[in-house]
Amino acid sequence: MNSAIPIHELVRQRFRSLKSPPGFCSLRYVETRSEALRVRKDMPQPVQRYQDRGVMISLVQNDGCGYAATSDLSTSGLKAALEQAQHWAEVSAASRLVNYADLLFPSPTGRYRGLGTEQSLPWDRRELLAMLQQESNACAVDDRIVDWSVYLERLNVKQLYLTMDGGDLEQDFQFLVPGLKVTAYADGQAQTRSLGGQYNGFCHQGGEEILATAGLVGAGARVADQSLQLLAAPQCPSDRRDLLLLPEQMMMQIHESIGHPLELDRILGDERNYAGTSFVTTDMFGHYQYGSELLNVSYDPDRPEEFASFGWDDDGASAEKTLLIENGVLKRPLGGQLSQARAQLPGVANSRACNWNRPPIDRMANLNIEPGSQSLEQLIAGVERGVLMDTNASWSIDDSRNKFQFGCEWGQLIEKGELTQVVKNPGYRGQSATFWRSLSGVGDASSQKVMGTPYCGKGEPNQVIRVGHASPACLFSGVEVFGGES
Amino acid sequence: MKDYFYQLADFVQSSLQQGERFTLWLSGERSDFVRFNRAKIRQAGQVQQVYLRLQLIQGQKQIQESVTLSGHSQTDQPLVASVLGELRGALRDIMDDPHLLLCESVVNSEQVAESLLPATDQMLADVLGLANGVDLVGLLASGDLFYGFANDLGQRNWHQTSSWNFDWSLYARGDKAVKRSSAGFQWSADNLHATFAEAQQQLQLLGKPPMAIKPGSYRAYLTPAAVGELLDMLNWGGLSEKALRTKQSPLEKLALGEASLSPLVNLNEQLSQGLAPSFQGQGFIRPTTIELIRAGQLAGTLVSPRTAKEYGLAANASGGEAAESMVMSAGTLAQAEVLQALDTGLYISNLWYLNFSDRASCGLTGMTRFACFWVEHGEIVAPLEVMRFDDSLYRLLGSQLEALTEQREFLADTSTYGGRSSASKRLPGALVSNIKLVL
Repeated sequence: MNSAIPIHELVRQRFRSLKSPPGFCSLRYVETRSEALRVRKDMPQPVQRYQDRGVMISLVQNDGCGYAATSDLSTSGLKAALEQAQHWAEVSAASRLVNYADLLFPSPTGRYRGLGTEQSLPWDRRELLAMLQQESNACAVDDRIVDWSVYLERLNVKQLYLTMDGGDLEQDFQFLVPGLKVTAYADGQAQTRSLGGQYNGFCHQGGEEILATAGLVGAGARVADQSLQLLAAPQCPSDRRDLLLLPEQMMMQIHESIGHPLELDRILGDERNYAGTSFVTTDMFGHYQYGSELLNVSYDPDRPEEFASFGWDDDGASAEKTLLIENGVLKRPLGGQLSQARAQLPGVANSRACNWNRPPIDRMANLNIEPGSQSLEQLIAGVERGVLMDTNASWSIDDSRNKFQFGCEWGQLIEKGELTQVVKNPGYRGQSATFWRSLSGVGDASSQKVMGTPYCGKGEPNQVIRVGHASPACLFSGVEVFGGES
Repeated sequence: MKDYFYQLADFVQSSLQQGERFTLWLSGERSDFVRFNRAKIRQAGQVQQVYLRLQLIQGQKQIQESVTLSGHSQTDQPLVASVLGELRGALRDIMDDPHLLLCESVVNSEQVAESLLPATDQMLADVLGLANGVDLVGLLASGDLFYGFANDLGQRNWHQTSSWNFDWSLYARGDKAVKRSSAGFQWSADNLHATFAEAQQQLQLLGKPPMAIKPGSYRAYLTPAAVGELLDMLNWGGLSEKALRTKQSPLEKLALGEASLSPLVNLNEQLSQGLAPSFQGQGFIRPTTIELIRAGQLAGTLVSPRTAKEYGLAANASGGEAAESMVMSAGTLAQAEVLQALDTGLYISNLWYLNFSDRASCGLTGMTRFACFWVEHGEIVAPLEVMRFDDSLYRLLGSQLEALTEQREFLADTSTYGGRSSASKRLPGALVSNIKLVL
């Protein structure tokens, strides 16, 4: 390859040089570079880097649609991919699910530069490892701390979306994912406490400011102390009471019981063999009371620091903030252009692929709960008998995204308006269809955190994708809560 | 592709500087994917990908980078040379790794299975021919998988297969469906026809009005697929030596001898009965059999090279310390007698979305899914509405386990995250005295 010209530019030139086939043809190029640093038990772990690049060519032709993805970016590689896509468009035409002849495909042009991409990220490996080492050292506060690790990952992503009829989008992103996890153990019981969750909940776009936002520096001693508090705590009581969820758990509650059920491809049945269907049906939009009047849920790609902010989705649709649930009433599904046409419903720009080697499907992007008017202190003060839970540790929900059960790392009783006893192994269960109607308080912006996950799984073939969830603290009335086995 | 990889390994070897060592791990595939919904094609296409992980070692220092390759030496060798240079520079920032363990004994191997598969178009035609008039949803995957390992000692390993995997459901209505999954190295339209016919028989049972049951304890039969979901949880850190050493394994009480599974439970990692390569990512040749659970007691664990070095053990597994070819011993319950032995209770075809509800007691929660039925006096009465269970593995495969079936099913892992999986399980069904349903 010609090293003087960036690879994405070569791909652009080579795609433009291909003979244009009849029908609509697009190319997605995705390039990811990453480096992950980790210190476990004060010992630096092997540095892991990757650079991943490839293309997917998609073709709509004679009412059929096919794709071909390849890591061979030569002109002959792209040509072979185009031929494969043509083959699959022909093969699928006779038995297609979607009537592509009725669809219009955009060919937009533009550029999106994600937060932090305008300047290079300072990445002094020695300094960063020293910082991680310092936090690791701070975790070892007690012999009962048996395992701990601190980590930081950087990802830089460049995407192209090109169409044969002139569409040309270029998007750049930079992600930073810090984390810390501590396990304490005594008398046959272990408790793990983390910073932002054990599955990278503090994942943001941007630069080094993310370390401060996540509170990584100084977290070691605090998180270790909390793990010891949990070790000494009684089990969470098992009964029905008010439940105050903080953002590190709210992100999972939103994700599983609002995000997935509103994905239009699930509602249309595409995911029934794998990720599941939805208790939501197409006739509910516009009037269904999803939650209490306090519930306002947005698809928000415009919050630049959030994990899944972007300018266009992977089918070239322009992204803009949209309320999906307003004052508790279900308004719109999470469906991209194709699903919108299939369901004859308005949607949002959320047709997304996890990488170059998987085709776009309906995914969450940033799915947020809009802040309310009460401070966290006011929410607590209003609870007579309840429990606060934070930081997801366990998640499970049925294939219609209705009956759920969650476990959290941290629990604390609320008695007569005050936080009291720390409790361990807190969990709760309920049903999406009724749970959100028990929403009785929504915290203000001061209680909000921007969270997310790099690991949202769905699709056949399987895809794991980045999503963002910003949420304030939220209070729910009369929820079934429980603890572990004594 | 094998020759290309070996040339790449020779190229890296020739590019080393004084005192440097390397390992290479290559994984790639050329896969056709056809996705179905309502017996029509939702998405169809092909993925060709080649990933290489290059690990550069200098003394006790190491660093690694994964990179996508084109499969053409003329473009890939300069890219690998560039990566090698960057890693060499980065090594200066890195301290010694006391847990670095390299494979020092050279064992070469090659397994190349020539493709016996017809064109995917033909498989697709067979599927669509059978799916006429039914609500079929799922994924057909077919094509070549290859894995390679090489190191500076001259070790070379290659594993190449061509296989198909068809993971599908027939829907009756709503969330009521029959789920099936099959895989192989040879395609048989006749076998597919037989499986479809059997699935359609069960589909008719789902046409009955569904029955809602209350939370409580119920007698139950779990099919091999449902048992597989339970064992997937046990495989999520349960059998990992590192997880046990760091007190994060859900089998801590089993390891301490404070809890046990049923004496009927015997579980091995048995490479010879699976699809995974005989070598792992660092070049260690995996044992043919690793005994994990013997008569309900912990008999062995999975040990990665890093864990082996940290705790002074022998390595026997990949970095993730999870079983890839899990085999559970059969029992004595004849398949034909399952409903009679169940008598009255739940016939659970599939479980779904399991997670730990209480790690210390190996507490699991999850949902019933697909074709689950209420059975009375050995007869299927009605399909069940989905229910949540929350129970301990020490009960489900321990104190409450009455019998395992004498027939086992081979369950190929249908996972395609990043690439097609080569993991598998061979499992019996399980009859349990009671399972706790909570929602």
